[in-house]
This record gives sequence, C-alpha cells and structure tokens, in this order.
Amino acid sequence: MSNAAIIGGPHTHERASVGHTMGMVVLALAPAVAFGIHLYGWPALNLLVITVLSAVISETACLGLAGKPLRPYLLDGSAVIAGLLLGLTLPPWSPWWIGVVGGVFAMVVGKHVFGGLGQNVFNPAMLARTALLISFPLEMTTWITPLPLGSPGAPDFLEGLRITFVGIADIDAVSGASLLGHVKTAFTQGKTLSDVMTGEYADPSLALGFVRGSLGETSALLLLLGGLFLLARRVINWHIPVSMLGTVAVLAALFHFIDPEHYPGVEFHLLSGGMMLGAFFIATDMVTSPSTRAGQILFGAGCGALAYIIRTWGGYPEGVAFAVLLMNAATPLIDHHMRPRVYGRRRDGTPLQPAPNKWPSANRKEREP
Amino acid sequence: MKVFRFRGGVHPESHKTPSATKAIEDLPLPERLYVPLQQHIGAPAKPEVAIGQRVYKGQLLAHSQGMISAPVHAPSSGTIVDIGEFTAPHPSGLWVRTITLETDGKNRCGKNRWHESAKPTDPFKMAQQEVAARIGAAGIVGMGGATFPAAVKLALGKERRIHTLIINGGECEPYLTCDDRLMRERAHQAVDGIRIMLHVLQADQALIAIEDNKPAAIASMRAARRRHANLHVVVVPSRYPMGSEKQMIQSVTGIEVPAGQRSADIGVIVHNVGTVYAVHRAIRLGRPLLSRVVTVGGGAVREPKNLEVPLGTLVEDLLEFCGGYSEPPARLLMGGPMMGQVLPHSRVPIVKGSNGVIALSTAEIRSRPAMPCIRCGRCVAACPCGLMPVEMAPRIRNGDLDSAMEYGLGDCISCGSCSYVCPSNIPLVQYFNYGKGMLADRREAQRKTEATRRLAQERRNRLEREARARAKAAAQRKAEKATDEAREKNSPEVSV
Repeated sequence: MSNAAIIGGPHTHERASVGHTMGMVVLALAPAVAFGIHLYGWPALNLLVITVLSAVISETACLGLAGKPLRPYLLDGSAVIAGLLLGLTLPPWSPWWIGVVGGVFAMVVGKHVFGGLGQNVFNPAMLARTALLISFPLEMTTWITPLPLGSPGAPDFLEGLRITFVGIADIDAVSGASLLGHVKTAFTQGKTLSDVMTGEYADPSLALGFVRGSLGETSALLLLLGGLFLLARRVINWHIPVSMLGTVAVLAALFHFIDPEHYPGVEFHLLSGGMMLGAFFIATDMVTSPSTRAGQILFGAGCGALAYIIRTWGGYPEGVAFAVLLMNAATPLIDHHMRPRVYGRRRDGTPLQPAPNKWPSANRKEREP
Repeated sequence: MKVFRFRGGVHPESHKTPSATKAIEDLPLPERLYVPLQQHIGAPAKPEVAIGQRVYKGQLLAHSQGMISAPVHAPSSGTIVDIGEFTAPHPSGLWVRTITLETDGKNRCGKNRWHESAKPTDPFKMAQQEVAARIGAAGIVGMGGATFPAAVKLALGKERRIHTLIINGGECEPYLTCDDRLMRERAHQAVDGIRIMLHVLQADQALIAIEDNKPAAIASMRAARRRHANLHVVVVPSRYPMGSEKQMIQSVTGIEVPAGQRSADIGVIVHNVGTVYAVHRAIRLGRPLLSRVVTVGGGAVREPKNLEVPLGTLVEDLLEFCGGYSEPPARLLMGGPMMGQVLPHSRVPIVKGSNGVIALSTAEIRSRPAMPCIRCGRCVAACPCGLMPVEMAPRIRNGDLDSAMEYGLGDCISCGSCSYVCPSNIPLVQYFNYGKGMLADRREAQRKTEATRRLAQERRNRLEREARARAKAAAQRKAEKATDEAREKNSPEVSV
C-alpha cells in the first residue's frame, strides 16, 4: 500500500485518455484518407507520410530540447493528428519540401513556441497551411485533376516518388482550378453561376469527391461520416460542428435566395473546400476552442460566418483556415466572458433571491397568526 | 412526482452489485473498542468516565460541549482501559483523543438505559424541543458522512419555517450499499424516524429521494410510506453527485440554495436515511447511536458485505470478517471512491460517519500520471456547480487565490467530478481543496490581525482612560488640598 503521500480523491477515473481520443480521430479520418489516396495515387500518400513524419520528428526534437519525457507526450498522438490534418489540406501532389516546411512550422511555431501541449493559441495545422499559402501561393494552388489509382495515366510508385521529390513534368496538363477557385475567378470576370457551373463543374459526381482539391476537400461526405462517428463515440460534442455548418447553411440559403446567380447554394458551401474537415476535425480542436458549451456555439458560429464572408467577399476562394485562426484568437476572450452560471448565483455572480411563492402551503401557514 | 435536473455530474461505474445482494449482518463484538471523542463536526466531547471504570452498554462516555457538538456513548459494556491518543480515520494518520473500552461480551444495558427520562414514549405527544433534545442527547450526527450534529440541524426549524424534509437515499457513491440495504430491510423503522423528524420540524411533507438504480429500496420504501399521505418517494436518476445536499434539493424541488445561505433558509432540510433510522432507534427504543451499517467492498476484498458495526471497531476487524484481502489493495478508503478518504492503515476505528470501508485494487483506481491540460472543457461540463475548473486550477497553482475566488472557488463542493473526467488526470479537486485551505488560513490570519489591533487599541484607550483618571484624581486632590489649606488658614482665627 502506498502511504508515502496523502492522496486525495477521487480514487477512480473515467476510462478515456488523450491517447485514446487521438486514436479515434485517426480512425474517423481513415475513410477520407483512403479515398483521397485512391483519387490522387502515390504522390498523395508520399505527401501524407512526409507531413506526419516531419511533424513527429520536430515534436520529438522540441520535447528533447525542453527536457520533457518523450514517451507520454509522443503517445498522445497529437503530432500525428496535426501532421495528418495538415497533409489533408495541401494540394495532393505538392513537392516534398512543402510538406516538410509545413510539418516543422506546425510543430515548432504552431505548438512548441507557445509551450507545448495545451499551450498553443492557434491550431497548428491551420497555422502551417496559412503560412504556406501566403509564402508559396503558386505551389499551394496547383490542384491536380483526380487520377484514380490504376487508371490510365496515373503515376506508379516510382513515378510518384519522382513527382514528390523532383517535380511534375507538365503541370498544366494535369492541373486546374478547384471548384471554389473556379467560381471565384468567374465572379471576378463578371459571370453568373449559370455561366460557370457548366462542363466538368456541373458533374454530379462533384459531391462524391471526384473534383480537384486537397485530400480533405474532395471527400466531404466521407469526412461527414467520420465526424458523425466522432460525435457518436462522444470524442467531440455537437456544439461546434452544428453551429459552424448551421451558420454557413443559413447564410448561404439567405443570399442564394436573394440572388441565386451570384451566391451559390447551401450544398455548394457545405460540400466544397475544407468546410467538413474544418467543422468536425479542425475547429473542434480542444486546445484552441472555448471550454464552455455556450462559448463553443459562439465559436462555431463565428467560424462559419467568417468562412462564408471570406469565401464570398474576400480575396481568397477558401476561408475556413483563416476563419478558424481568427476565432482561435478570440477564444481566450470567449472563455473569459462566457462562463456558466454558478449554482445558487445569478449570471452576474450575485446570490439568487429565494422564490417564496414556489411553495404555497408554506406561505399559507406563515400567514396564520 | 416531477424531478428536476441539476447541471453537470458524472456516471461512474457503480460496482454496487457485490455488496447490494448481501443482507446486513451483525459484526461479532470485538474485544476492544476505540471510541474517538470527536466523531462529528464541532467541539470534541468531554470524557465523563475514568480509566478502570466499568460501563454498561449505552452509558454516556463523554458529553457534548459547546453549541455544535455531540455526546459519545459506550457501544457495549465493559471496562475503560485507556483515555488517550489513537490514530484517527483520516489520511493524515494524526491522533485523536480516544476512549479505549475492553468489552466483556455481555452487552449489559444499564437500568436507566442512556438517559434518565429516556423511557420510550410516544414522540408525537412530546414537545418538539424535547424530542430534538433527546435526538441530540443520543449523539446522532449526519450519518451520510457529513457528521453534522442532527439536533443542531433540527433546531434550525425553530427559527425558520421548514416546508420540506428531504430524506437522502441517493447513495450516489460507487460501491456503497449500506443505505440501500437499510431502506430494503428496515423501511418501516426509517419511515417512523422520518415521521418523528417531520413532527420536530413541523414540516408539511417529507420527500424520500432514491436513485433509480435501487429498485428494491424504492419498492420497500413505497410500501412502508403507504399510510402516510405527507411522505413521498421520489425516484431520481443515478447521477453523481446526486447525494450532495445542494444537488439533491435542486433535483427534487427545482430550487437552488442561494449562495451564502443554508437550505433551511429556503425552507428545506436534508437528512440521510441512516440518520432517520438512528432517530427512530433513539426515540422509540431509547437507544443512543452505538452502531452503524458499513459497506465493506472494493475489488481487493474477498467477500464484500454490509455489516452492522459497533462504533469504535477497528477497520481490520471488518476486513477480517469479510475474508480479508483477495489481493494487496492499492488504496484503502473510508467512504466511497469519489469523496472518501485514504486510510493510513487498517488499525483505525469506525466512527459515526463511516459509511464504507473500500479496498480498491490497482486496476480499479486507474491511476495515471498527470499530463498538461488540453483545455477540452470536460471539467466545465461535469461541474455540478457551474464552475470552470480549467481556469481555476492554474490560478491556484500560481498562487493567485483572488482570481480563483472570482471564478467561484468558494462555491466548489469538492465532489471530484472534474478530476474524474479529466483526460489528462489532473488532480483538480486537490488544487481546490488546497486553495480553500489557503483561504481559510488567510481569513484566520486576518482575524488574528484584527483581534490584535483591537486589543492594542483597547489597551491604548485603557491607558488613556487611566491617565485621565489619574490626572483628574490628582487635580481633585490638589483642589481638596487647596481648600484644606484655605480652611486651615482660616480656621485658627475661628478656633482661637
């Protein structure tokens, strides 16, 4: 028996642990990752391996520098998740150095500069993606046309390595604009939606993911499935995804109703870009989102509104990453102001006033002489 | 009856089955009983007996002293062999003043039992104060573990109008089944105790709140209350901390106790099932609080049981009666695993508030090293008081007590729900208990400073007063002297 130290209660604990949670997240992402690799082949797999490895290696190096024990921190899986999420938001055939710079940036600047696990203000994967987008706009907007594994013209393993480490021979032949980028460009040219949603962009298989974009963009439906799995297993709660997707849906429906030619509809906004990935896997990052339920609803609504605003009226075709980062910055403020009501107190912290009329029998007797 | 929801809470695995199926057994009388003089909140009792004295069962060993205190009686007959220090059932392992009684195995009762006037009478023909006084004299305290003297709580009914007496049969702590068994086996006695308490409080109704994981207890209490229209059984959901007074009041009445007030201020008094049973025995049978039902359980106990145990029995005697350990226990607790206290060893006595002796195996405690907070907010969702443990703990760690107070440290009930759900295994409730201790220290220091200042001021005032009085006296003397002199000056002429 351990009598060395006085141990306080409780003397039992819920089963869940951080490592377990991260395992569930990887499981929920698995279908989308598999589908993405199927669509874009070996170079996409190479990219994911590179981002995950560079995130894990830089995490290890930072822990070593900080003198923290490696095992418990590496086993929590947060570096793997950050690397994976980053890889899912990059153009699938990105060169190796994009993945390395992103992975290292996410862990070193996004996490350990702030003090490591639990201390970072911004979501590391989104911070890295945004840094890459601003620094390397060309590489970060080169969207490959899907070339499913085994289809004619799809690169084999060696060809895949060449694409990742040397480069793509004839880039214009295999790439084009993503759906959001295409629509944004068309609007700047004064076209309407019925003009642009033609040809390959009118294909109903868009919703199923056969579309140019990052791995985390193309398989919106599979990501939705993974998100629902996390909700069902209570790894995440509904507040952020529902408020974020709900806000986008309401805004999209409203403006689409006002002007259907210039404002795409609800399904376009929900299924394109990083909306699903953002709502279920990125905005729900516990470290960088508010800790109260009410705060989470506000946070989600803010992410949704900002993403819609940036997509619709901003300079970039996609706004989820910026929206999440902006709301990350607002999280300490939300946590400070949106506190739960304390038992026996009003919202402002003063004690409740007892309600004497609640028990008429008691009052009746009091009135008796 | 409508049940209301309290915020937060957790669902720990109940582990009640092993002992819930066991009827209450009497523990054989041990050879020695160690009866601490402080088994309650308040001032310790003062011994009335001497070493070597023979005592009968139920004889007063120590009387209560002060406003909040409770007397202690001899759990069995025998000889007082020591009045000294003995390890308290507390994690510190510190000593508490204890009377050691060598039992003679005869369980002799005295002629007059425990009190001159305590012949069993009809309590409903007695004045409320007299019944309350008898409950106090029987040494009854809150048997749910709070150990607040029951008579003091009943006296609150005199000053305030109490409309509802809530009987706490929640027993939300895992492993514990002593209240469950009591309600199943002794429902009529418990109902009688409730009626006596209603009479003392002059309350309108009693609500017997039982968690829905105890269907047998619910059925038995329902059957026992059938002929009493002002008694109701309320089935509440099984959710920890249902048994906490504030949460229980909210669950069955929908009212929150305003911060800084007591439940009596809103017309509600809560008593534990074990307490009302003890009241029944004290008033109807003239039997003071001499024993209690204790659950012996946990994965490291060979044969979990519910035992009726004389107060002062050593924990090791209970464990031995239950077949000893099946594996070396990782932790030995008094009380449940959520709020129970670690025992330093098993040579400590059972006291009035001991509802369980739980020996947990290593697998059960799921002890893991603490990791950094990931701000997941589970503690905020779990807190039944609406606090933000995620914000309070780092502030206390940095010594910023004022800021932690602003987040509601003073409203924390130390239920441990936050620590239970924390995926990083941060001992949150320990931070809060530490913070509350620091605040108490600070208040104490402030009180001392103020007392010192007041004393110093009083001394200055006194010295000034004395100086003034001296000066006045001197002036008076001088004046008198002057008159005398004047008289002397004049007198010769007169006298001559």
